[in-house]
Amino acid sequence: MTDQPILVGYDGTDAAQRAAEFAGQRAAAVGCAVHLVFVLEWSPYSFLSTKELEERHQRRTEELSRAEETLKPALDALAKLKVPVTSEVRYGHSGELICAIAKEKNASQIILGRKGGSALGARLLGSLPLTLVQASPVPVTVVP
Amino acid sequence: MFWKKTATASAVALMSGLLPHVAAAQEASFDEQINQAIAPISNVIAGTIFYSIPVAGTAFPLIVGWLVIAATIFTLYFGFVQFRKFGHAISLVKGDYSHPEDAGEVSHFQALATALSGTVGLGNIAGVAVAVSIGGPGATFWMILAGLLGMASKFTECTLGVKYRNEYPDGRVSGGPMYYLSKGLAEQGRPGLGKVLAILFSVCCIGGAIGGGNMFQANQAFQQVVNVTGGENSFLAGSGWLFGLVMAIIVGVVIIGGIKSIAKVTEKIVPLMAVIYVTAGMIIIISNISMVGDAFAQIFVGAFTGAGVAGGVVGALIQGFKRAAFSNEAGIGSAAIAHAAVRTKEPITEGYVALLEPFIDTVVICTMTALVITISGELSSGLTGVELTSAAFASAFTWFPLILALAVVLFAFSTMLSWSYYGLKGWTYLVGEGKGKEIVFKLFFCLCVIVGASMSLGPVIDFSDSMIFAMAIPNIIGLYFLMSVVRGEVTQYWDKIERGEIKKVK
Repeated sequence: MTDQPILVGYDGTDAAQRAAEFAGQRAAAVGCAVHLVFVLEWSPYSFLSTKELEERHQRRTEELSRAEETLKPALDALAKLKVPVTSEVRYGHSGELICAIAKEKNASQIILGRKGGSALGARLLGSLPLTLVQASPVPVTVVP
Repeated sequence: MFWKKTATASAVALMSGLLPHVAAAQEASFDEQINQAIAPISNVIAGTIFYSIPVAGTAFPLIVGWLVIAATIFTLYFGFVQFRKFGHAISLVKGDYSHPEDAGEVSHFQALATALSGTVGLGNIAGVAVAVSIGGPGATFWMILAGLLGMASKFTECTLGVKYRNEYPDGRVSGGPMYYLSKGLAEQGRPGLGKVLAILFSVCCIGGAIGGGNMFQANQAFQQVVNVTGGENSFLAGSGWLFGLVMAIIVGVVIIGGIKSIAKVTEKIVPLMAVIYVTAGMIIIISNISMVGDAFAQIFVGAFTGAGVAGGVVGALIQGFKRAAFSNEAGIGSAAIAHAAVRTKEPITEGYVALLEPFIDTVVICTMTALVITISGELSSGLTGVELTSAAFASAFTWFPLILALAVVLFAFSTMLSWSYYGLKGWTYLVGEGKGKEIVFKLFFCLCVIVGASMSLGPVIDFSDSMIFAMAIPNIIGLYFLMSVVRGEVTQYWDKIERGEIKKVK
């Protein structure tokens, strides 16, 4: 049993589900916990209209509860594997935030899924796996 | 309730004019009809609000003194807060004090950016041109001074906007002068006065939304579009109603139809336009750097001699003060509505952030426009409004009027969207919330876009000015009562910082 959890970047897609399950198997084998991270893309420097300002707090509450809802299937799947699991939903830049949480939680590694877009698309639009491979403080595993 | 008469008159003009007009295809006469129907009403309103007393041989509108005196009192009362806490304001906007757990909530930067998008606009482009064409380069000096003083007014009203905002059970946040006037004065044992001021403010806010936040914008946007499509020979010349109709439909689609995509596109393009405008201005100023000294000399000399200006020094001063107030809206109360939604435990922090608004709007952008106009030498051309600014920029970049036309239309559009919201807040404060009631206001707002585009500049600018300035009467009376509350906030905030309860997180 190690107290270094495996970090999983989760967004509710099939790829993320596969990553969570893969992480569950690894965690069961090593005897560690899994920590699921759901990042809602957000910049404090984006522009909102007056109406959006008024409704921001309301929307945020809704977004958070929707994210918790989305996390459920992964939490259930991991619970079935008898792996201790925790989760959190955070607002911010996904790459930066996952690296920061990896340090915060003293994670042993990061596991994520990939959607399998073209290489060109990833270069142009940016991709979370590529960002993390470049910037992560711990080993990164990408599940196809 | 003059604006209601305006509405009726315009509606009648529309109904009676539209059908025969289309049949006869006499566009010019239709615009003139609207103009003639509304000018007398706007003259009465402007005459009332701009009641003037003769000072040194020229008419001095009391309302301008009202705003500047208030700004001076707040500046002194808060010990030149706009200079002492300027650095702290920047630090707050950067998010140095924002708690990471509040990510996803409205940041200081977002509240400031949204409030700015409502104020940076035609006031900075057309308003400044009006000021220097009437008041000479010297008006710029008084405009900058009014901008600097106005920072203290903005500080006061936006702190109160956050402190007395409403947080509804469903999570919506809504604030503004109507709330701090009614709640703040009730706390001081003056609920009756508070209520009266709040109602008065709401009525004027609707008028301001219709005037400066709508008709002035539509009018100037149309002028510029006509300008770049060939001036008097333009196929659009005299068809203001047509331009207004198109604009009204787009505004209606966003504010009534709730189509977010158009608003989203505008809000991406508007900051870009602001950057292009400021960059072009800076290039013109830098490439004529040898003339900048002379321009500043003209500004200073003009400010204290009033050479060649109707009304001399006082004439220059009035124009400068008027356009500064119209551009940055300090003391008017509108910005307090936008700033109120920020996520903060300390209302005073938003006050500090808000004081940057008149600085960016007036001291930076307006001054830049004034410098470009002065350097270009177009002042003697007899042009005014957006046409003058356009001509000044065109003297350096011939293609600039096209960009400016696009910028003007987009600025006008984003300002209209902001003001439709401010006006709606005043309206719902008076009549209560409800889908039907909101649609009535929104439809009327769209109708006014058409009216504004059809009128000639004079009546529009008088009406806009008067309604925007009228908001300052109830607002500033309330601010005088409540400024001690703001001082209390200042004291407890800095105590907390000293005790280390509030720390930088970055």
